[in-house]
Amino acid sequence: MTARRLPDGGSWIDRSRPLTFRFDGEEYEGFEGDTLASALLANDVTGGFRSPILGRPRGIMTAGPEEPNAFVEVSQPWFDPIVAATMVELVDGLVAEPRAGVGRLPSTRVPSRRAEHRHISVETLVVGGGLSGRTAASAAASRGDRVVLVDERHRMNDAPDDVIGLPRTTALGIYDDGYVIALESTPELERLWHVRADHVVLATGATERPIAFAGNDRPGVMLSTAAAVYRRHFGVKVDEAPALITTNDVGLVARAMVMDGGPEEGPVINFQIDPISDELPTDGSLLVSGGFNPNLTLWRAIGGTVEYHRRFACFVPGKGPPWLKVAGMANGEHIPDCAPVWYVDGERTTAFVDLQRDQTVADIADALDAGLTSVEHVKRATYIGTAIDQGRTSGVLTAAIVNQMLGTGPDAQGPTSARPPAVPVPYTTIAGPDRGDLLDPIRRTRIHPWHEEHSAVFEDVGQWKRPRYFPRTGEDMDAAVARECLAVRSAAGVLDASTLGKIEVIGPDAAAFLDRMYTNRMSTLAVGSIRYGFMLGLDGMVADDGVAMRLADDRFFVTTTTGNAAMVLDRFEEWLQTEWPELHVYCTSVTEQWADVAIAGPKARDVLGALGTDLDLSPGAFPFMTFRDGAVAGIAARVARVSFTGELSYEILVDGRRALELWEALLRAGNAIGITPYGTEAMHALRAEKGFVIVGQDTDGTVTPDDLGMGWIVRKDDSDFIGRRSLRRADTSRSDRKQLVGLLSDHLLPEGAQLVEEDTGRTPMATIGHVTSSYRSPSLDRPIALAMVARGRQRHGQTILAPLPGSTIAADVVSPVFYDPEGARHDG
Amino acid sequence: MCAVRYWRAAEPKTTYEVVIVGGGGHGLATAYSLAKRHGITDVCVVEKGWLAGGNMARNTTIIRSNYLWEESAAIYEHSLKLWEGLEEELGVDVEFSPRGVLNLAHDLGEVRSSMRRVHANRLNGVDAEWLTPEDVAAFCPLINISPSLRYPVLGATLQRRGGTARHDKVAWAYATRASELGVDIVEHAEVTGFLRGPGGRVEGVSTSRGEIRGAKVALAAAGHTSELAAMVGLRLPLQSHPLQALVSALYEPILDCVVMSNKVHVYVSQADKGELVMGAGIDAYNGYAQRGSFHVIEEQLAAAVELFAIFAHAKLLRTWGGIVDVCPDASPIVGWSGIDGLFLNCGWGTGGFKATPAAGWAYAETIATGEPSELVRPFSLERFTTGALIDEHGAAAVAH
Repeated sequence: MTARRLPDGGSWIDRSRPLTFRFDGEEYEGFEGDTLASALLANDVTGGFRSPILGRPRGIMTAGPEEPNAFVEVSQPWFDPIVAATMVELVDGLVAEPRAGVGRLPSTRVPSRRAEHRHISVETLVVGGGLSGRTAASAAASRGDRVVLVDERHRMNDAPDDVIGLPRTTALGIYDDGYVIALESTPELERLWHVRADHVVLATGATERPIAFAGNDRPGVMLSTAAAVYRRHFGVKVDEAPALITTNDVGLVARAMVMDGGPEEGPVINFQIDPISDELPTDGSLLVSGGFNPNLTLWRAIGGTVEYHRRFACFVPGKGPPWLKVAGMANGEHIPDCAPVWYVDGERTTAFVDLQRDQTVADIADALDAGLTSVEHVKRATYIGTAIDQGRTSGVLTAAIVNQMLGTGPDAQGPTSARPPAVPVPYTTIAGPDRGDLLDPIRRTRIHPWHEEHSAVFEDVGQWKRPRYFPRTGEDMDAAVARECLAVRSAAGVLDASTLGKIEVIGPDAAAFLDRMYTNRMSTLAVGSIRYGFMLGLDGMVADDGVAMRLADDRFFVTTTTGNAAMVLDRFEEWLQTEWPELHVYCTSVTEQWADVAIAGPKARDVLGALGTDLDLSPGAFPFMTFRDGAVAGIAARVARVSFTGELSYEILVDGRRALELWEALLRAGNAIGITPYGTEAMHALRAEKGFVIVGQDTDGTVTPDDLGMGWIVRKDDSDFIGRRSLRRADTSRSDRKQLVGLLSDHLLPEGAQLVEEDTGRTPMATIGHVTSSYRSPSLDRPIALAMVARGRQRHGQTILAPLPGSTIAADVVSPVFYDPEGARHDG
Repeated sequence: MCAVRYWRAAEPKTTYEVVIVGGGGHGLATAYSLAKRHGITDVCVVEKGWLAGGNMARNTTIIRSNYLWEESAAIYEHSLKLWEGLEEELGVDVEFSPRGVLNLAHDLGEVRSSMRRVHANRLNGVDAEWLTPEDVAAFCPLINISPSLRYPVLGATLQRRGGTARHDKVAWAYATRASELGVDIVEHAEVTGFLRGPGGRVEGVSTSRGEIRGAKVALAAAGHTSELAAMVGLRLPLQSHPLQALVSALYEPILDCVVMSNKVHVYVSQADKGELVMGAGIDAYNGYAQRGSFHVIEEQLAAAVELFAIFAHAKLLRTWGGIVDVCPDASPIVGWSGIDGLFLNCGWGTGGFKATPAAGWAYAETIATGEPSELVRPFSLERFTTGALIDEHGAAAVAH
């Protein structure tokens, strides 16, 4: 057998553009328009491949994505660890070598193609650029539809008029309601298309299937239509007079085409005439045609059914979604009549069904003998259909052999489930532009540039970057945090609190709505006042906290924790839209419109006064838990007297665009008293000294307000709020629930440490709680911790233990309020 | 393969002592345990499709027991111990591979909750270690611990005894051994209703292959349990969501442990065949179609190539979806349904596969004795009335 390029012919190649490439260390020539497979055949490279498990010699068997044998690693001009040679578009300088079914991922940087994503919305998408697809596309375009036509081949005839043609583009998967993902793969780039179409037409054609017979995997065995494609489109003749084994007339036509209508020579086995034959040629070129399978992977993956067609011996489309149609050969049109021959009995151990998994008729028979009767079980016992070719040539064959061996009739079981993607897709292509910092949006406050200039160490809080602390030269985190905390306690500190979630809740029913969302009553809040609130889950557990400011009778400004801002807005909307549509309330996120700078410390009022404001800052005129609108440093501001540190504190909310200006003005005005920027770590330590909880740190979704010693925040009247019913459940009112306590110990307790009454040294050890927050308190100059401990409030004065690997720390249970228990300092 | 003989395809009898609805891992393990431990062999497992074709065939086979709460740790740790002896118990190589499971932490909140879990695991007798980023790189050099990652690796918990097993082999081994002990396994029999007796007692099921009576009927149908329960007027606190998984093309071995990251949604191990087996995120909507949304795959793979630079050239080969049934507290329901004759085992969410041996063990004991096994006593349906929830997803920290 000698494959060769004919002197002329080949509708897909351009003989005026010769290309040089290397395969397995040898240099060869091909033409533009070749695939690596066609170029190899043109150079009479018909084998050189090995099967993955048994290591049997294999050759190019197909001309398309169904190829089970000829896999290569491409290393130039781009890298691809494993791909069918039939799907590699030949380019000048291409370097490839054979790979036996298993790729090698490179640990070093290798050349890559650009990856990008595009989105398009059309009336009609047609998959497949053959005659049926082009006809469907033209018809849709003439109706006035915007039409996209995709075809996996790199040579597609010009798209019909008014049709957007995407060659080299494979539809990977069809999702609900006409959403299709497609991969455009060119030598320069890989582009993932997201197509939204009202109608999708699958004109995906049909794939010839092999027949399982002894030795059917040897080099030289090729699907008959593949040989015809090489002859017609690439001008490559695989043999002068190949043998043929066929179940249908197309096999005969294909062979005639390969032989250029020359005299009939060589053995032909035609199962339509001669159902039994034992004279299969064991060398030389052998064309095979076992019939044609409509390509229904995409159809089946979205739930389309298939039916067995006896005359064609294949599965054709049954029912599918109304927006999805199948046309042409994929729809069972123009499929030749076919003798239902699936395997030729004889030596079963070399009669291959799935060449890429090296699985034979014998393997299927073994699985059935062992008692497996479902095609899905046979697949899982043999791994048939799970290799890179996804069983394109083995799926229907396996089902048919199972049906035949079980004697259940050819329509008893179809092929196993089809699953996207239709062809393998590089991870980087799917990731597209969402790499590096674009993996998830980075949110920065308006003051972020100042933080960066001043050496802030940042932490990720949700999507936000927040300054954790501002180390000065020579300071570690502990030293910086201690300095920042002490500055707040003794003079004043400033915190960029802009990341707090902010929602405006507006409408005639806003107050009634918030009463249902929070445990305490917001409707009685006076305009100009602020109330701290808890939001519970349906289970009665603390879900989020924040403050509500009443701007007007029908207008509230609500804050959330940084990480929960989206969740809280989502929850508001869900209840409003699905449960209480009668309420007239509108919620708007204003997190990014308002910047928020907190100034905290005994000198906070002085600094604010020095900065210049038209607000009367005296405690009588501007009491704790109220807010005022005015000007600060000439900037329109909403100033709120709330405190998360226990110190006199103002939160100054301004238009985000003026936040940096305000921040710098505050620092200038406070310079004389040593005003100090502080980060989240100091904020956490300061609030822990005061016993203020952080939702999500001191709570974990299992904590009620009462567990936190904050039962006062839950109103006791008959009006309803989310979580109210759950608070009355037996378990929620247990007396031995875990409660928030403070812990004093000689050594710093690790956060998360479990707490016990007795260290038995054995597991499992009965625990009574865990440490939720732990700091070396700068104000008290000793370790302090917050913990959730069973019956904690009754344990004040007791000593409990934290067993750690290698040591046990004893801790005294105390009130969680370590600093200023009288709360005298928030007025300054 | 030739020497193997799998379960016998049974024709259903008219009456059994126990009818188990659902021929997945849990149903089969329960049947096996009823027969083996409790001597109850008059058992029928009815399966609407092919055996173990639901979540058992669709999960990413990760096994670990490092759950936070002691109730969860107890049952998952019991399960892990059963996994460790399963090959001997069933006489089948189920390819249990304790290759170590890493759970990465990417922000301070995750570090805090991970440390808490390590401390809790240790006192619960569950092996757990905290690894610094450098330790992570030493244990699994493929992981990118660069601080310049969008969400850098700040550390990880490691359970060395955790790993993977071969899901089909597990199900088939339970089925085969149960079948050998006399259990009838009936495939392609879809339950269409329940037979009710005096006082509404459940006395069997109507199926597409006829009525099958059972003194006790035990549901083990994962995501479809709520549909079945609705047939007897029982509304369960379950939501069923698609959860996708995927495999890559086949590559030479590069990854010899399981790596999980909650924050950036990467769950990955490498199968012996060479595929990278990955679990994607859960789809937010409820549904029973066993397929999910493509954007979930996009997010998953974007995160994966950041965390593992070597994955850049890997190719997605196959995606699929399972249906996870999730309770409000992300813990399962196992026990009596409140209707005489009917038992429930559902709500395992993403924990079902790893729980298979223990779920079968404890569910069988509960069915056999009529009293909840100590392992599942906390996981009663009643907890949604009392409020004694075991909140496993609430245990994840929330960013402040």
